[in-house]
Amino acid sequence: MLKKSSLISLVRGVGLIALTFFLSGCEKFIVFNSKGPIGQKEAQLIIIAFVLMLIVVIPVFIMVFLFAWKYRASNKELDYKPEWVDSKKVEMVVWSIPIAIILVLGTLSWIYTHKLDPYKPLKHDLPALQVQVISTDWNWIFIYPEENIATINELIIQADRPVSFKLTSSTVMTSMFIPQLGHQMYAMAGMQTQLNLLAEEPGIYQGLNIEYSGTGYHTMHFKAIAKTADEFNAWLAEAKQSPDVLNRAKYDEISGQRIMNYPITTYSSVEPNLFLDVMAPYMEWMGHVGVHPEDYLESQGHSGHGHHHHAAPDMNHDSHSDHDMTHEDHSGHDMHTMDTDTLNINK
Amino acid sequence: MFGKLTTGDIVQDPLTLIVVIGMIGGAIAVVAGLTYFKKWGYLWREWLTSVDHKKIGIMYIVFSLVMLLRGFADGIMMRTQQAMAIGESQGFMDAHHFDQIFSAHGTIMIIFVAMPFLFGLMNLVIPQQIGARDVAFPLLNNISLWLTTAGGALMMISLALGEFSNTGWTGLAPLFGLEYNPYVGVDYWMWSFQLAGIGSTLGGVNFIVTILKMRAPGMKLMKMPIFTWTSFTANVLVVLTFPVITIALLMLTMDRYLGMHFFTNDLGGNMMQWNNLFWMWGHPEVYIVVLPSFGVFSEVVAAFSKKRIFGYTSLVYATGVIMFLSALVWLHHFYTMANNPSVNVFFSITTMAIAIPTGVKIFNWLFTMYKGKISFATPMYWTMGFLVLFVLGGMTGVLLSIPPADFMVHNSAFLVAHFHNTLIPGALFGYLAGFSYWFPKAMGFRLNEKWGKLSFWGWAVGFVLAFMPLYATGFMGMPRRLAHLNNPDWTPYMYIALVGACIIGLGIFAMLVQLFLSVKDRKKNMDVTGDSWGYGRTLEWHTSSPPADYNFAIIPTVKEIDDFNRMKEEGIAFKQPEKYFPIVMPKNRPHGAIIGVLTIVFGFAMVWHIWWLAIVSFVGIIGTVVAIGFDDDSEYVIPAEEVKRIEDERFAKIREAMAQKTNNE
Amino acid sequence: MNTTDINKIEELEALRVERQHHAEINTFGLWIYLMSDLIMFSILFATFVVLGKNVAGGATPQELFHLPFIFTETMFLLLSSVTFGLSMVAMNNQNKKAVLIGLIATGLFGLGFLVMELYEFYELAASGNTPDKSGFLTAFFTLVGTHGAHVFFGLIWLISMIIQVAKKGFSDKVRSRLVRLSIFWHFLDVVWVGVFTFVYLMSMI
Repeated sequence: MLKKSSLISLVRGVGLIALTFFLSGCEKFIVFNSKGPIGQKEAQLIIIAFVLMLIVVIPVFIMVFLFAWKYRASNKELDYKPEWVDSKKVEMVVWSIPIAIILVLGTLSWIYTHKLDPYKPLKHDLPALQVQVISTDWNWIFIYPEENIATINELIIQADRPVSFKLTSSTVMTSMFIPQLGHQMYAMAGMQTQLNLLAEEPGIYQGLNIEYSGTGYHTMHFKAIAKTADEFNAWLAEAKQSPDVLNRAKYDEISGQRIMNYPITTYSSVEPNLFLDVMAPYMEWMGHVGVHPEDYLESQGHSGHGHHHHAAPDMNHDSHSDHDMTHEDHSGHDMHTMDTDTLNINK
Repeated sequence: MFGKLTTGDIVQDPLTLIVVIGMIGGAIAVVAGLTYFKKWGYLWREWLTSVDHKKIGIMYIVFSLVMLLRGFADGIMMRTQQAMAIGESQGFMDAHHFDQIFSAHGTIMIIFVAMPFLFGLMNLVIPQQIGARDVAFPLLNNISLWLTTAGGALMMISLALGEFSNTGWTGLAPLFGLEYNPYVGVDYWMWSFQLAGIGSTLGGVNFIVTILKMRAPGMKLMKMPIFTWTSFTANVLVVLTFPVITIALLMLTMDRYLGMHFFTNDLGGNMMQWNNLFWMWGHPEVYIVVLPSFGVFSEVVAAFSKKRIFGYTSLVYATGVIMFLSALVWLHHFYTMANNPSVNVFFSITTMAIAIPTGVKIFNWLFTMYKGKISFATPMYWTMGFLVLFVLGGMTGVLLSIPPADFMVHNSAFLVAHFHNTLIPGALFGYLAGFSYWFPKAMGFRLNEKWGKLSFWGWAVGFVLAFMPLYATGFMGMPRRLAHLNNPDWTPYMYIALVGACIIGLGIFAMLVQLFLSVKDRKKNMDVTGDSWGYGRTLEWHTSSPPADYNFAIIPTVKEIDDFNRMKEEGIAFKQPEKYFPIVMPKNRPHGAIIGVLTIVFGFAMVWHIWWLAIVSFVGIIGTVVAIGFDDDSEYVIPAEEVKRIEDERFAKIREAMAQKTNNE
Repeated sequence: MNTTDINKIEELEALRVERQHHAEINTFGLWIYLMSDLIMFSILFATFVVLGKNVAGGATPQELFHLPFIFTETMFLLLSSVTFGLSMVAMNNQNKKAVLIGLIATGLFGLGFLVMELYEFYELAASGNTPDKSGFLTAFFTLVGTHGAHVFFGLIWLISMIIQVAKKGFSDKVRSRLVRLSIFWHFLDVVWVGVFTFVYLMSMI
């Protein structure tokens, strides 16, 4: 016979643990303590989905214990009906309720996946701050192309102003994640991915790599510091005074050897087109000859939505499969992950 | 002469060294014991070369349990490291070591615990459930076992010589390429995975044919026991998806051995292709290990509620729908790879849709209990634990299926908690339920109930404590696979998780005690009738325990679902037939063992680039396969008199037991 | 005839039915295996589609493939299937000599195919187009090479069957093995038609 008391204590234990988790300071659950519109919506979505699923889960819990108790063999007034093995009514209910819930969740997923597309620029009065991110073994380089400065292992952004990230990797796959601001995005060699975030208020947020990338992976965390407009401008001015510059040699030094915890540094200037130079060699290998980084630079600002994503494994075959980026105008075509696929050689 | 292998490759790290010495000591003790008791011949003739599905099943499960111990040791080391390594403290191992441990843990648990356990159960049960005398290809069955074991052996060798992979059980492109991983770790992972995978593919072919072609007369598809149904769908998935991982691993082999460019960054490789190929196998694989376990729960819940499974037809359809959908969801493992939102949504909805048939199954089990007469034996404990805990895992799974939600917890501790929450209650609890349910059938005596239940409580409570905190830290932004923590907020949760892991350890300990006590007291717990629990409903309970080589002296003719229950109701279940016929049975043959040993040698030679040895062993393998083709002497006939003698003996015992029972009453 | 004899006949009949059933099971098993093999090839094809354009600044398919050569190679394999078909007809007529000639011819055509394939590989490598040069060559060599490996193992199987037919004649087991080899051999043919179409012909367009 099932020991009822131990089961109850188990349930109570689970409940207690759950309670401690949530009482021990909600602000620690940074996913639910979001400081950005993206993260807030995503946290909401998690809660909505959770509550919806309770519609099925709670009855299941009740039924498990109720049936186990009521139909135990030792029950004196047992209502044992071995021939009751089919019921159209019950079947209808157990199929239709999950279907209904999944219909609702599926619709939610449809709406929010499009709404919260990481590539989608955020609507705001201020123009987005452009940041190019290069992940190396095992450090984060942040380049501010419009300001022509760069930092390593620390991200400074302006609060209440959208940030538009372009990510690539100099080595293996990584994933940049600032949990309190919103979604994460992979960074891959030879490809550019995008991420749009916004911090609503000034603060220090934890940022990290969340895709295992080798021995130094556990050191790939950084601070994302959101400053007020004034502070941010002051920081920009200060950054311009930095004696360090991020030229090609410096970049090679950082990325060439596998080092952890490279000291936080601000660079007063950056090698022109460094971000594209990091990607270019891999892109050439993807079937493209004579890539000129300048050609891509123009395309940076665009965010035409049509096909800037790829659908692995067969990448976008649509529209510009014989489009040669080196010679043609490519407005509306964003250089991103698999647009390399479209860079055919037209011999 | 020895390729890349030098004395410098022998493991140096003191901790590992102790383990290795312990393992070698154990191996020496076993060899010495076998020699002393002159059991080598017995072991070779009766087990290693056996083509009997029941013995193969037992060997699979023994192998799986041994590997479970190793996998658990890895798990508890990870928990300890994460509880210790915070701030200044580096824990008790360096990151490279930790990385190998999480890779080994995952590979072992999926490939060398889950797969052999489920193939073990299928071997033990399916031929008996469908009223057959063996599987369709008995020798191939033996070869499958040996290939899986060869992979496991290679995995164990990596402890002593060289290192293991650091790129997770899933492999990570391009991290596992030569450029970032020039040493042998990835090769060990790749080959042990590959060999075991080929074994599984062959096993899948074997069981599909067995189930489709060898059922007893009258057993239509819609009269098959649910365990056979779920195993059938799992095997269809095996045959459809294991070839994908075989080829993906072959591509990686090409990259690593011939400098090709499938998954490299440079020269036109495409590392994203690995993610696709891996998860085209990897996600169905999750259902491969879970579906048979669902089958076990179905059998157990029906038997111990003393009621036929509720909604048989809808349960079968739900299983089919799960099988179909599981092949269409792989992309949800990388929503964050910059896919078009519409693509993400497609995979999001297919993923959620799996929750529908799964939910239906849960209700079917619940309504089987409804109006039943439930006895709470150990297998039922595991089933109840599953029902409660698995629902949580399913819920977090649906959360993860929504791309924007996944963006926040992908690759975090939340994910670790989620898949352990599905795999431990969903798969492992099912195997352990099946283990305790069918143990008397396989061995002829029942297991100790008290320690079995203690083992359950250890697992259930330990599981909750070990993994619920990970859900929490996932919401605190904690990544998976972290050798050193940088956020002190996480540490208290890691302490709880460590305590949980230790309680799971107690559960495993209780299981060992249970086995020891059960073997010691076996005379008291003999199962004479073959219907070990008295509640058996399906045909496997129609054979003796342990079954004769041929399972059924006369192949039964099936009339309905749960046919053995019908026989019992009609009072013909234990009636001895009047006439017996000679039976053709497959002969034990050494080819599987030879191939197995050569495969270990081949894998080892490939890992260390010992080309001559690789060629010699490969030619040996091919030669053995050709020899099988020439071998016409593969079966023997048990004469009708011999069958009669065995059956007379059995029925004498049954009559005696029944007489005793009536006397007692 | 006494009862023991009747019993014996009954028993023998039961054994015969059981064995026949087993031959059928073996063939069914081969079909299931071929299904999994087909999936392997489809994955290789899909990967060829993904990587086929990544020539990494090296040679393109148009520069490398010589269709007339490949066509001849294809004809060798197709002819080998024809000769196999003929020897199956001969088997049904119990004509051992014709079966052996047919199988040997099949083996020779298969060998010719394999030699031509290896020669193609050799020429590519000699001109510097080794599989480590680009994603395209990687995918090409692996796909075509995997098919080649199947043909190679098919040849080993074929040789073993030639020996078996020569030594054992047409026992039930030999016959059923031969049926299975023929299914496997035709399967290789079908896959090659796919390779020829999707790898060679389509790349030329």
